[in-house]
Amino acid sequence: MAATDREVAEPGPNAEPVEIDRVIIRVAGDSGDGMQLTGDRFTSASALLGNDIATLPDFPAEIRAPAGTLAGVSAFQVQISDHEITTPGDRPDVLVVMNPAALRKELGRLDPGGTLLVNTDAFDERNLTKAGYRTDPLGDGSLDGYRLFEVPMTSLTKEAVQPLGVKPRDAERSKNFFALGLLSWMYTRPLEPTVTWVESRFGSKPSVRDANLAALRAGHAFGETAELFDHPYRVKPASLASGTYTNVTGNTALAWGLIAASRLSGLPVFLGSYPITPASDILHELSRHKEFGIRTLQAEDEIAGIGSAIGASFGGHLGVTTTSGPGLALKSEALGLAVSLELPLVVIDIQRGGPSTGLPTKTEASDLLQAMYGRHGESPVPVVAARSPSHCFAAAIEAARIALRYRTPVILLSDGYLANGSEPWRLPDVADLPDISVPFATEPNHTGPDGEAVFWPYLRDPETLARPWAVPGTPGLEHRIGGLEKEDGSGNISYEPSNHELMTERRAAKVAGIAHDIAPVTLTGDVDGADLLVLGWGSTWGAIDGGVERSRARGLRVAHAHLTHLNPFPPNLGEVLAAHPRVLVPEMNLGQLSRLVRAEYLVDARAVTKVRGVPFTASEIEDAIVKEMGA
Amino acid sequence: MADVLVPDPTTTPKDWSSDQEPRWCPGCGDYSILKAVQMLMPTLGVAREDTVFLSGIGCAARFPYYMDTYGMHTIHGRAPAIATGLAMSRPDLDVWVVTGDGDALSIGGNHLIHALRRNVDITILLFNNQIYGLTKGQYSPTSEIGKVTKSTPFGSLDQPFNPVSLALGAEATFVARTHDMDRAHMMETIRRAHDHKGAALVEVYQNCNVFNDGAFEAITGRANRESMLIPLRHGEPIRFGAEGERGVVLDGQAGARIVDVAEVGEDALLVHDEARDDPGLAFMLSRLASGPHEATPIGVFRAVERPDYAAETDRQLAAATAGGDADLASLLRSRPTWEV
Ligand SMILES: Cc1ncc(C[n+]2csc(CCOP(=O)(O)OP(=O)(O)O)c2C)c(N)n1
Ligand code: SF4
Ligand SMILES: [Mg+2]
Repeated sequence: MAATDREVAEPGPNAEPVEIDRVIIRVAGDSGDGMQLTGDRFTSASALLGNDIATLPDFPAEIRAPAGTLAGVSAFQVQISDHEITTPGDRPDVLVVMNPAALRKELGRLDPGGTLLVNTDAFDERNLTKAGYRTDPLGDGSLDGYRLFEVPMTSLTKEAVQPLGVKPRDAERSKNFFALGLLSWMYTRPLEPTVTWVESRFGSKPSVRDANLAALRAGHAFGETAELFDHPYRVKPASLASGTYTNVTGNTALAWGLIAASRLSGLPVFLGSYPITPASDILHELSRHKEFGIRTLQAEDEIAGIGSAIGASFGGHLGVTTTSGPGLALKSEALGLAVSLELPLVVIDIQRGGPSTGLPTKTEASDLLQAMYGRHGESPVPVVAARSPSHCFAAAIEAARIALRYRTPVILLSDGYLANGSEPWRLPDVADLPDISVPFATEPNHTGPDGEAVFWPYLRDPETLARPWAVPGTPGLEHRIGGLEKEDGSGNISYEPSNHELMTERRAAKVAGIAHDIAPVTLTGDVDGADLLVLGWGSTWGAIDGGVERSRARGLRVAHAHLTHLNPFPPNLGEVLAAHPRVLVPEMNLGQLSRLVRAEYLVDARAVTKVRGVPFTASEIEDAIVKEMGA
Repeated sequence: MADVLVPDPTTTPKDWSSDQEPRWCPGCGDYSILKAVQMLMPTLGVAREDTVFLSGIGCAARFPYYMDTYGMHTIHGRAPAIATGLAMSRPDLDVWVVTGDGDALSIGGNHLIHALRRNVDITILLFNNQIYGLTKGQYSPTSEIGKVTKSTPFGSLDQPFNPVSLALGAEATFVARTHDMDRAHMMETIRRAHDHKGAALVEVYQNCNVFNDGAFEAITGRANRESMLIPLRHGEPIRFGAEGERGVVLDGQAGARIVDVAEVGEDALLVHDEARDDPGLAFMLSRLASGPHEATPIGVFRAVERPDYAAETDRQLAAATAGGDADLASLLRSRPTWEV
């Protein structure tokens, strides 16, 4: 990263930057304070510096909870590192709080001795009361254990923008840029990427642009000159595998994966979707990319979202629908139809805390059993799960591949953490992506009683058990399909008991057979003879990886297997489980995968559960491993 | 009317009929609607392979099985949503939806109004028998107040929907009504709906002779038709009766009302204008009868032009793709990147 070294801001005259290998920074403020933006910009600048990064946005359910209240606190955590990392970090090293509510809500995360940056201007009587403080924590000694830096960010921002003639109320809005400037100085992040971004983002509002830039520079200058800080820090670029990188959130990667699936299958994508947090950004992103021939419909509800996608699939497009848990519940009847129709369909569930509206902005992975079983009748659906923000790209392609090849709906599970979290992604070479195209039926496939050529929509491919996909517009292949049970082969309505049993078994066998067409599960950590296997799925990947590594550093023999395919399971999963005396399954639910694994393989898989709206930390996984091993 | 239809020599009604035996109750009105549609199809100048019939659930919804076209029997109430996806992705196809009063107006009411307001290019045939046929006779959202059924032994309490009023309220661009006793009128009305670019809704009064026999007899029975059906014809004064002795006037205070022509004079009659942009007048006409026991307008209430949804979608797509083939590798590099 020689090129970017030049861009590193000059450290203050007071001292040379001190090198550290990683830092976890958490910024918190009122939801109107722009904390997500601050975190995002800090992350982008760090990504361009070549650090490895992982982020965790944490915002309130209400767009604007009453200002200054605990409910309105919005936070963003980022870990930047000079080596590969898989999580946004357990506990922050640095906490920036813009008001008393943020302090009260977030302080518990900071270890004693941690660095605390406080916007003192916000600590007035009113805000203290709103946050539930009887005495001012800045004066009562309760923060004595921390490296406390008191910075009047609001007034310094106002001062900085005053010469521009900005109204004081507007001036105050730029204080997040002051904080960003200060953090940029502290961690030697270049200002240029942020300056460029502000210029393009606020180009049409020159007064806002200028105020933000003035605040940014003032924050930076404050760090340099205030002599509060002994020296800035530097985190060197990480030695990642060589290639071109971009910083990507899970939802963006997922949307791009769908666009890629369109290219790789040669089929246009049709997305039918109804807005819901945290899935809406996929709809937004795909709606922007009409240049790839993507059709999007913001449907009247989730049922119409999946319904329109089924209609598009019948027409020979790649039908996709995106939602979160409550929406998946609404789609279940139509999913059953898709199972019966045996048409390709990708159903994406960005999970969030439930049941019902639950914790709409917080993460959870508690829809696995809904995805597996949330339909009436024997209604098998393949299930695929993404493990990290960038993995959402490959997971989307894999879901589409299975859907197309096997003519089946596939549920792809992601969650709020992956959706909004980001990480550097080494871009794949487009030429290396798999061909997932499938042929349409063009000819009759059967001979009728009078020797005439006929088309049988349910005459299956002997290998995949997939039925032919004949799209309207193809002469001679006119046929009717529907949700009523169909006669094997001809597809005509049939209420024949033995036929229903046969068709039920065929549908199950088709999905089960996908096991032969997916990658076997592989182990990391102690791949041979580990005493404990940690089996994970979805977004727990990073925390498990970290927890397993730490346990191994303690001398424990631990392996990690992580599932992308949850239905069917990889063909070797039974063997892998049997090879380990103990199996631990960390999950962001009350033990859904562990239940499936116990039922399927009769192993004593133990769940480690968490439903607190935030991801596991590596140390939580480490603790669970240590406890399980009795070490 | 029938003489305006241009027969297509390449197919016959039989070609449009599948090898599956209809399974409706003997005497059901659905048979005559099926017959009318099968007779109509060869005259429309469309190919079987480009035609798709979609339906929800109900007796009416069995319809696609009997047409030798592409077809999908979907789930209860959702056919308009599924049709929306098909019509948007395949604007080259001729997409039909066959639905019942329960399917379209109860469980599927939401999808129906949204398909209509979006003006998706689909032709919706709503078979209204004012009853749930398939589930054996519960009252439906079009049943009259006081309807005694298995689920309403003391009489239903619900105000019924008037499907034509509802469709006009949703600003459907084509709204019409016909009935299962008049094949020529069905064929002409459905042909117009088909030829309409955009969402077209045709309410077809349909007799369920098992659970709601004679529901429309008072207006569609041979002996009653002349005096009880008010044929709407674009550009013509609205009048009915054996001698055309009754008619409709627009009264400043009271809105549209039925009068004796002799009393008001011919010139006072309202001239039907189906192309009026504002649906208000058509809505007034739809309110002339409170149910199929009063003189009821049939024919095309509204036929106006508005861009069709799929065409508009394609217009945006065409504009976005005008710059040539989009490049996936560039997309992945569309945000700041760095080299390691
Ligand atoms: C989700 C769901 N709920 C209920 C039903 C049962 N059901 C089938 S058809 C029907 C009513 C049909 O009435 P209508 O649409 O008027 O059609 P008709 O049979 O009168 O032609 C009902 C309630 C169903 N199939 N699916
Ligand atoms: S129940 Fe009524 S609507 Fe259904 S097939 Fe029989 S007669 Fe027709
Ligand atoms: Mg009915």
